[in-house]
Amino acid sequence: MSKIVIDPVTRIEGHLKIETVVENGVVKDARSTGNLFRGIELILRGRDPRDAQVITQRICGVCPQSHGVAAALALDSAFGVADKIPDNGRIMRNLIQGAHVAQDHVLHFYHLAALDYVDVTDVAKYAGKDSELNSVKDFIARGELGPFVPRYEGDYRLPPEVNQQAVAHYLKALEIRRIGHETVAIFGGKIPHSVGIVPGGVTDTPTVDKITAYLWKVKRLQDFIDNVYIPDVLAVANAYRDYCEIGAGCRNLLSYGAYDLEGGNPDLTRRKRLFKQGTVSADLKPAPLDMTKVSEGVKHSWYADSSTGRHPSQGETRPEFGKAGAYSWVKAPRYDGKVYEVGPLGRVAVTYAFGDPVMKKLVDSALAELKAPASALFSVMGRHLARAVSAKVIADSLERWVLELKPGEPTYVEYTIPEESQGMGLTDAARGALGHWIEIKGKKIANYQAVVPTTWNASPQDDNGQPGPIEQALIGTKVKDKDNPFELMRIVRAFDPCLACAIH
Amino acid sequence: MVKEIPLVWLPGAACTGCSISLLNSASPTIKNILVDQIVPGVHINLRFHPTIMAGAGEQVIKALEDTMTLKKGNYVLAVDGAIPTGPTANYCVMGERNGKAVNIEARFTELAENALAILAVGTCAAFGGIPAAPPNPSNSQPVRKVLEAKGIKKPLINIPGCPPHPDWFVGTVASILLKGLPQPEELDDNLRPLVFYGKLIHENCPRRAYFDEGKFAKKFGDEGCLYELGCKGPITYADCPTRHWNSGTNWVIGAGSPCLGCTQPEFTGYAFYEKLVDVELPVVGAYWQTSKEGK
Repeated sequence: MSKIVIDPVTRIEGHLKIETVVENGVVKDARSTGNLFRGIELILRGRDPRDAQVITQRICGVCPQSHGVAAALALDSAFGVADKIPDNGRIMRNLIQGAHVAQDHVLHFYHLAALDYVDVTDVAKYAGKDSELNSVKDFIARGELGPFVPRYEGDYRLPPEVNQQAVAHYLKALEIRRIGHETVAIFGGKIPHSVGIVPGGVTDTPTVDKITAYLWKVKRLQDFIDNVYIPDVLAVANAYRDYCEIGAGCRNLLSYGAYDLEGGNPDLTRRKRLFKQGTVSADLKPAPLDMTKVSEGVKHSWYADSSTGRHPSQGETRPEFGKAGAYSWVKAPRYDGKVYEVGPLGRVAVTYAFGDPVMKKLVDSALAELKAPASALFSVMGRHLARAVSAKVIADSLERWVLELKPGEPTYVEYTIPEESQGMGLTDAARGALGHWIEIKGKKIANYQAVVPTTWNASPQDDNGQPGPIEQALIGTKVKDKDNPFELMRIVRAFDPCLACAIH
Repeated sequence: MVKEIPLVWLPGAACTGCSISLLNSASPTIKNILVDQIVPGVHINLRFHPTIMAGAGEQVIKALEDTMTLKKGNYVLAVDGAIPTGPTANYCVMGERNGKAVNIEARFTELAENALAILAVGTCAAFGGIPAAPPNPSNSQPVRKVLEAKGIKKPLINIPGCPPHPDWFVGTVASILLKGLPQPEELDDNLRPLVFYGKLIHENCPRRAYFDEGKFAKKFGDEGCLYELGCKGPITYADCPTRHWNSGTNWVIGAGSPCLGCTQPEFTGYAFYEKLVDVELPVVGAYWQTSKEGK
């Protein structure tokens, strides 16, 4: 029996440690530890409620946009205007969030995950004329290879010319994701930490020049997603076919849905959305979302036990670092007492299971190309594939939505801040189901709770000792070489963890 | 022979937004920064940055610690995020030594002692920012205060912003490479390079004429100056109005939002959407202030 400790886990957001116990080459136990606590929920207390969308974006600079949306939805609800957001405001929120999430998926595959599969050093053998690749070749020849080495060695399977092309795509993806951020900025002002989304709608007004600029930036995203990103994911999945089975995990998936397609309905769990709200398990039979089933446990987290097991609307954050039996700053959210994974796979699978025709076609054709059954979705490659499908569905929708904007019509509705109120905001962020809960007293924030995608995925054991989704995905994995545990990092990174989010 | 300038990037109590913003650098691109000679004959050798580096775990901690010993006195240390200190220092840890977690305060201290210079990237590193907002649950401190508390005397440049514009970081680094560390007169009292932080948002704001005329937006989407909707442009030093963000696409006030004041030490000590109160408006607004119009 031996221990593998990986700290820090890199090419993710934030401070994560993964510790596994390996027996006869198989992971017997896994622990996921979140290692940074800032206490943003405590910082929010006593502030003007409208500050929530500014402060909560700062939970995470990789996925700020979705926090802005969740906070704005919670505030819409608390301010009594959840059913009054003008269509322009609803659509512009979708445009700001969607462009951000689509570029974030590109960033994840190429700049966070790809180096697990692609051997950059093969560019040293490049003999062609591409100036970008030749500059990388010069870089390798100079011999200072940071940040691309050190790295785990021994399981790069792509042939040299495919590696070279993948490095070219890595560089192209840097440009595409930058353009994705420019797309966000058109209506969001700037990004990271944009300003456009506020309770009541958005701050900006649509003009024809902005609409046109947005449209043509999105078309560049679409072109890359269709012709580079999705083919590359399929190529990697084919070369690493064993990862269509490795890392299945808990096989329960949760989606809050995202991208409102209608105004007027104050119930976020039933509002018509591009991605559907609900749950699925291994049988891919969908169930509707019931938010009363969500609770957060802290028995194995560094918080006071007195706050365990509560619904987030009643949640509390009372740090107690070093508490006996605890090993992480991440709390342990559960749905109906069971372990649920969230993420692109969650929203794609739930939307697929509800029979959405666009999603059916995309998922079925990708699975057919891989000659893989639907069960392969529950795997490392399934998560990458779902992320690419999520990017495509979003980008294709943005192209339509931007043309639905009506210049000259309102984007914002006024409200008064109530003396006392509460609100819940739900969306699906890049990394999955995101919920914000606010309680207002004396026109100030009395309590704020965020249950974030990676809170679900990187959670430690819950009060009943059930390991979290990443822990479950690691347990049972065969590790070929404990000094180069590719398998563990590929599994963890496929979840696209974001620890600043998870703990906040 | 290309000169290699070693750079290590240490994440404290951060959100990674500063790193993501750096990825948005338009010219030079982030690829130019990482791979090419950023200025002729000089390559930035990024030896440690957990968000993008290939390796993981012990091997990258070794890369970090090797830089500290092998490149002693020659590497640039960039820090994003504030630094949890004192009894709560262990609220932020990264990597282990002899099987025990090492906190960021300890890592920062030893890296700072051996660095050539330190860049505090973003408002959390420069001034405390988000984690240091009351009640500062992690007792997070800005880089400058930690250096003072430990008696470490190293050149420090603050590059605040939530996040900073990529040009502010890249421009500061390029300036060091081309002409050495900045002279004291090139930085303001908050150790910000004046070339980027020398003027108030309010001085160059395209809505300034509205302010001088006393025409104020009353709700989002209105024409007029955003002062009454909480704009912090009158107290915020940065060149956003002329530089613009995301390859020049837009900026905060360009999207109809008040400036949030994110490059300032005061950030987040006010309500973002409430009018500034009892603030003397320095440098600008002389006519408006003396005539009391629009008040």
